[in-house]
Amino acid sequence: MKLEVLPWIILFLPLLAATVITLFTLRCRTTSALISIGAIVTGFILTIAFIGANGFHPAVSETAVNWLSIGGLQIDFGLKLDALSLMMLLIVTGVGGAIHIYSFGYMHEDKGMARFFAFMSLFTFSMLGVVLANNFLMMFIFWELVGVSSYLLIGFWFEKPSAGDAAKKAFITNRLGDFGFLLGILAVWAFLGSLNFSALQDRIIEHKNSANTIGFFLTRFPLGDFSFDMNMTIIGLLLFCGAVGKSAQFPLHVWLPDAMEGPTPVSALIHAATMVAAGVYMLCRVLFLLNADALHVIAYIGGFTALLAALIAVQQNDIKRILAYSTLSQLGYMVMAVGLSGPTPAMFHLTTHAFFKALLFLGAGSVIHGLHEEQDIWKMGGLKKKMPVTFWTFIIGTLALSGVPPFSGFYSKDSILAQALNTKNYLLFAVAVFVAALTTFYMFRLFFVAFLGEARTEKAKHAHESPKVMTLPLIALAVFAVIGGFIGITNNYGSQFFVEHEPLSVAQQALEPLHNIFPMLLGISAVAVGLFAAFTLYKNAATDPLPAKLGGLATAMKNRFYFDELYEATVIRAHDFIAAVADWIDRWIIEGACIGLVRGGTDLTGRALRLAQTGNLQTYAFLFVLGVALLLYFVLGK
Amino acid sequence: MHVGLQHYLVVSFMLFSLGLLGVIMRRNLLVIYMSLELMLNAANLALVSFSRFNNKLDGQVLVFFIITVAAAEVAVGLALIVALYRKRQSAHVEDLTSMKL
Repeated sequence: MKLEVLPWIILFLPLLAATVITLFTLRCRTTSALISIGAIVTGFILTIAFIGANGFHPAVSETAVNWLSIGGLQIDFGLKLDALSLMMLLIVTGVGGAIHIYSFGYMHEDKGMARFFAFMSLFTFSMLGVVLANNFLMMFIFWELVGVSSYLLIGFWFEKPSAGDAAKKAFITNRLGDFGFLLGILAVWAFLGSLNFSALQDRIIEHKNSANTIGFFLTRFPLGDFSFDMNMTIIGLLLFCGAVGKSAQFPLHVWLPDAMEGPTPVSALIHAATMVAAGVYMLCRVLFLLNADALHVIAYIGGFTALLAALIAVQQNDIKRILAYSTLSQLGYMVMAVGLSGPTPAMFHLTTHAFFKALLFLGAGSVIHGLHEEQDIWKMGGLKKKMPVTFWTFIIGTLALSGVPPFSGFYSKDSILAQALNTKNYLLFAVAVFVAALTTFYMFRLFFVAFLGEARTEKAKHAHESPKVMTLPLIALAVFAVIGGFIGITNNYGSQFFVEHEPLSVAQQALEPLHNIFPMLLGISAVAVGLFAAFTLYKNAATDPLPAKLGGLATAMKNRFYFDELYEATVIRAHDFIAAVADWIDRWIIEGACIGLVRGGTDLTGRALRLAQTGNLQTYAFLFVLGVALLLYFVLGK
Repeated sequence: MHVGLQHYLVVSFMLFSLGLLGVIMRRNLLVIYMSLELMLNAANLALVSFSRFNNKLDGQVLVFFIITVAAAEVAVGLALIVALYRKRQSAHVEDLTSMKL
């Protein structure tokens, strides 16, 4: 069998699983779960087989079938196979597979388990499509499929109104971003005349090599007759809109925390390994289209999101919400790294983040499961003895996220800090260091309060460890959260996303941060400061001491800086107003004036004519004769 | 006095008008029916006179047809009136307004 077939199989296996489950096995819970898990695990094994045979740079980097050709537009249904997509493939199938297995334990008592696994497989299929797409149109289709399947998963417990609302919010917020993305894609096509990533890259390089830009444009750009750079800035920002929606960047970040209404494995899948990573991945994929101006905006939006979300996370009390804001913050990091023209640190952080954030979410799910759906960290405590596996894996995840050496998060965060310093963006560097301190602070706040100390409630006293099927994925992810940093994701594979690189040994890789000693020291000291602050404030704390110290700021953080309220007051109010106007026009002008006039006129005429219908035979006879007489008069009389 | 076509036609017109008046004014279905016959016969008279004064037989042939059809019509019409009377216990047109909406 030719190896090029493997990616196709990997892509379509989850779709097949979703179809089979939906059509045939909705009544058999275990069978459905096994089909779904089987599909993704097989995908993972095939991915490893493919990479094992071809390495991260396969000779055939694209395999495509022609799908559409309209006029000059050729659209393939094709797969792009390079280091970037293969790495993502590993993450999606690997981390996704662990989450699938974990879900088997987590959802075991849910009566909708078969439906759940069908959705999970559909989601995996969509995400693999985004990762493997070799052109914009195909990517957009799968991009939207990710939106749909995330809607289904977030609203999985649709009996709860809050879950339904969260699903709608996620979908609509994403649609806002996708609108910009679609405009961006159309602009790319109009301006550069292709949608294929490789072809586009060739054209950009061609443009850079030749001073002559006339004759390069396929058509005039729809937005106006700007310079080449201006057009590229507009295109870059429009494409970034898509990432803002999917990767939940400011100002469209509001959907992600609400999306915690879904089952915890869904949170882990959507918010750690896959969906939110799609935005960052897309930016890396189309990096050659982004010029300096667009990158500048991207970097600052990313930095701002990182800071904002970290501040909010400090004052949240729901274990999943803390992790959600932490995800936002880390995504801000990645987007910022892309904006600092560092796709390699961004993808590196994305990879390690996928490991440890999935681990943390699954750990949180295990805690919630063990405490019978308790999510408030102030109602936990003293879980170390009762849930040892969850405890130890969770602390590994916390250390990795905080960036304590030698855990994976340290390496990836350090590479982003180094990138910020190397590009001489000192403001963003300072923000990144500050956010690193905040990250450590809120993660250890969560850790100290939820896991250490005395059990604060009855539920916490009777907590129990989760079954093996849930703890084993935790252990597997924990292993990667530890070693993800120095097995060489960056140098052996990562740098090769864009540049060929000499492979480094594990030892060299482990000492890599020493090359940029200043950011490393600052990063570590930020972690130390955060850890120390969390230790003094929350060691044995019965209630949160922070609101008393920070006053109004703490309240603002707790209320998420009133973004939801702000949107409620502005966007939603404005929307309601427009809707009311439209409703008024529909009700009074279209329905009332236009339709009403026609209807009323017909009605009135009918009423008048009805008077002639007396029912009296002789009246009819009289009118008949009168008619005949008139007829005769007109025909003969003149 | 010479009796010409005009005189016949005047009589025919008067008969027709009387019949029409009866159809429009009278209330009893049976009388209306008889008035209708009167109108038919007025037409017959006009046809016969035309035939006689124009020395053509077409009109008379037509009259035969009319008489025949009228006989058949009487049979059907009277039967209908009888059936109606049995159902409604009345042969007055004011009572027959069920066609009104």
